Amino acid sequence: MNNWNWDIFFDAFPIVIQGLGITIGLTFACYIFALVFGFVWTFLRRIPYKPINWIVTWVMEFIRSTPPLVQLFFIFYALPMVPVVGVALDPFTSAVLGLGVHFSTYIGEVYRSGIEGVEKGQWEASKALNFSTTKKWTKIILPQAIPPTIPMLGNYLIIMFKEVPLASTIGVVGILQMANDYGAQHWRYLEPLTIVAILFLVLSYPSAILVSKLEKKMNRRFDKKAPTGSKPLKEEGKGAVM
Amino acid sequence: MTPRVRLPHPGGLTLFLMLDQSFYKGVIIIFSTIGEVFPVLLKGIEITIVVLVLSAIFGYLFAFIAGLCRLSNNLILRKFTGFYVEVFRGTSLIVQLFWLYYAIPMLFGFDLGSNLLAGVLAIALNYGAYMSEIVRGSILSVAKGQTEAATALNMSRFQRMRFVIFPQAVRMMLPEFGNYLIQMLKATSLVSLIGMTDILYHGNILRSSDLSAAPTVYFLVLVFYFIIALPLIFLTRKMEDISKKGVAS
Amino acid sequence: MSEQTLQNEDKTDQSKSKQEPIVKYEDVHKSFGDVQVLKGINLDIMPGEKVAVIGPSGSGKTTIIRMLMTLEQPTSGHIIVDGQYLWHMEQDGKLVPANEKHLREVRGDIGMVFQHFNLFPHMTILENCMTAPIHVQKEDKESAKKRSIEMLEKVGLGDKLDNYPSQLSGGQKQRVAMARALVMRPKVMLFDEVTSALDPELVGEVLEVIRDIAKEGEMAMVLVTHEMEFAIDIADRVLFLDEGVIAEEGPPSQVIENPTNERLQTFLHRFRS
Repeated sequence: MNNWNWDIFFDAFPIVIQGLGITIGLTFACYIFALVFGFVWTFLRRIPYKPINWIVTWVMEFIRSTPPLVQLFFIFYALPMVPVVGVALDPFTSAVLGLGVHFSTYIGEVYRSGIEGVEKGQWEASKALNFSTTKKWTKIILPQAIPPTIPMLGNYLIIMFKEVPLASTIGVVGILQMANDYGAQHWRYLEPLTIVAILFLVLSYPSAILVSKLEKKMNRRFDKKAPTGSKPLKEEGKGAVM
Repeated sequence: MTPRVRLPHPGGLTLFLMLDQSFYKGVIIIFSTIGEVFPVLLKGIEITIVVLVLSAIFGYLFAFIAGLCRLSNNLILRKFTGFYVEVFRGTSLIVQLFWLYYAIPMLFGFDLGSNLLAGVLAIALNYGAYMSEIVRGSILSVAKGQTEAATALNMSRFQRMRFVIFPQAVRMMLPEFGNYLIQMLKATSLVSLIGMTDILYHGNILRSSDLSAAPTVYFLVLVFYFIIALPLIFLTRKMEDISKKGVAS
Repeated sequence: MSEQTLQNEDKTDQSKSKQEPIVKYEDVHKSFGDVQVLKGINLDIMPGEKVAVIGPSGSGKTTIIRMLMTLEQPTSGHIIVDGQYLWHMEQDGKLVPANEKHLREVRGDIGMVFQHFNLFPHMTILENCMTAPIHVQKEDKESAKKRSIEMLEKVGLGDKLDNYPSQLSGGQKQRVAMARALVMRPKVMLFDEVTSALDPELVGEVLEVIRDIAKEGEMAMVLVTHEMEFAIDIADRVLFLDEGVIAEEGPPSQVIENPTNERLQTFLHRFRS
């Protein structure tokens, strides 16, 4: 422990913490993007046409099983070079797009398992009561499908918070980049990186406890396990009910 | 509801054909560079796989050790492993990687020796912490009647664990372990940030020497990772099937 | 333990069995939190004796045998198995709470069959029976296998050796569970409502096997059951457990067929109707 220097710790702390706003802001921006885009995947996966289902499943699988870091680089460095559609995006927007799309594939699966968790009788009942498709979804299915997924969605917020520092690699100046910059200037990485670790721990640990409490409450209320969305994808055997 | 497939409008088609020259040039560049990019990325595969295999071995090892320690009767052991698990689950892998890479030598005055060790250790400790929760949860979720039946056959604590609880718990762990293997594969890309010459590292070098090759380079990097992931995806699906059998309900 | 010493022990047990009970409960109490389940149980079970325990649910029937199997610890009192304290051991002339080693030593004489079978789902039927003799009693593999097959044939499942429990019916599972317990050659066998989880049409086959085992005689049996006719048929003695005490006991002809206790009468009446 002879190398630990409290002076550097206190010197670096106010500097590193300046990045916290960006880190948290980026987390929520990515999260909201993923929440919205997740619906797109859920919708696409329900198209009752086998080839499309197959393609959507494998596109999702491709995004899920390749590194988000490479996806960030693709969006930041490669997208501007793609003919015609290519656009140059700033680091923050690139990160929102990259991490947002990556995690939307997980969020989409959470939604899907929520929808699958709605009992068959509910679908039949809404048919028997002659609901329109829109009414069926907004009044019967979604109000039952979404609440059980809330703890897992909360979990993904925490997971994404911990993935956001990847964005420092394309120049988003969150707490990790602040620490790296400080390290490069003063040639001291130990203290600033420890500060980053502490900040993550202080923010994510209480949130995790909160989510697990919520999960227990939900499990009791719905008498089943909350969906996780992390199971391997499988193509639908036949067209899903729309 | 059937999807309405919109056929390209004749006018749109004309427009498509009349795109300016730069479009075709761009396309040509993308395809002509594949031949150059491919062999370079291939050089990185070995490192990626070595990091993955080592991380997986140590990750599962840490998971079992920590998972079992958290179920031990020893309070100190339980608290200590609990602390490890929460610290590594509560912080970012990339932060842990940098911390191990930069901070360990400063803090303890010894170098971890190589970036391979730092990379593997970071990934294994991080995912070991996550997977220890699966080990613990699976062992706890083996039905209570199983322990009772083993007791009625006069098995010792160790025998109950070895013959009855553990074999059933492992079956439950398999699908999640498969999922985490894919997560670990994705995580190996981080070692390029501490200078290891994996697939992504070679990709980054290519991109910095020729910016216009970036689309080809990163798309191919993604494809490389996906090809490595494919067997793992099928393995995970298989494990799902295995775990459905042979567990007390 | 070798075959030889086992037999020797059996002989000495039989010679003293004339006077000594194999299991003895001395003022056993059991509470779960604030709830007192058993309020002073005194009970002797003689070698080879068949005892049926009846009573309303929540009366503590199951708890009595679970304590004997070491699945629950008595709050106070003693249980003595074959002359040895079960939950206590002597150390420097004093009685101290038993450790795992002592419990294993004493409970080796006891076997149990559960309401929900509790077969090991990851093992075949044969493995379910073989594992404990091999690893607990250190019997050699061949003879354990031979005896397990014999036992499974006896319960009528000789053709299912390589099946997994999930491939069997409830009645078949319970018969495997009995074979598994019998292979251990216990001196006392406990049956915890072994037919309550079965479909009505499968109860008969399980009772039939228990009847066969009972006929062989040497093993003491304690049956917690709701099958009154069956209790009359095989039990030497019936205990009526009510509100944590043994409210009435005696031969089935007395307890079940001519009950004097008022609560026992109402209890039985509910079964008859």
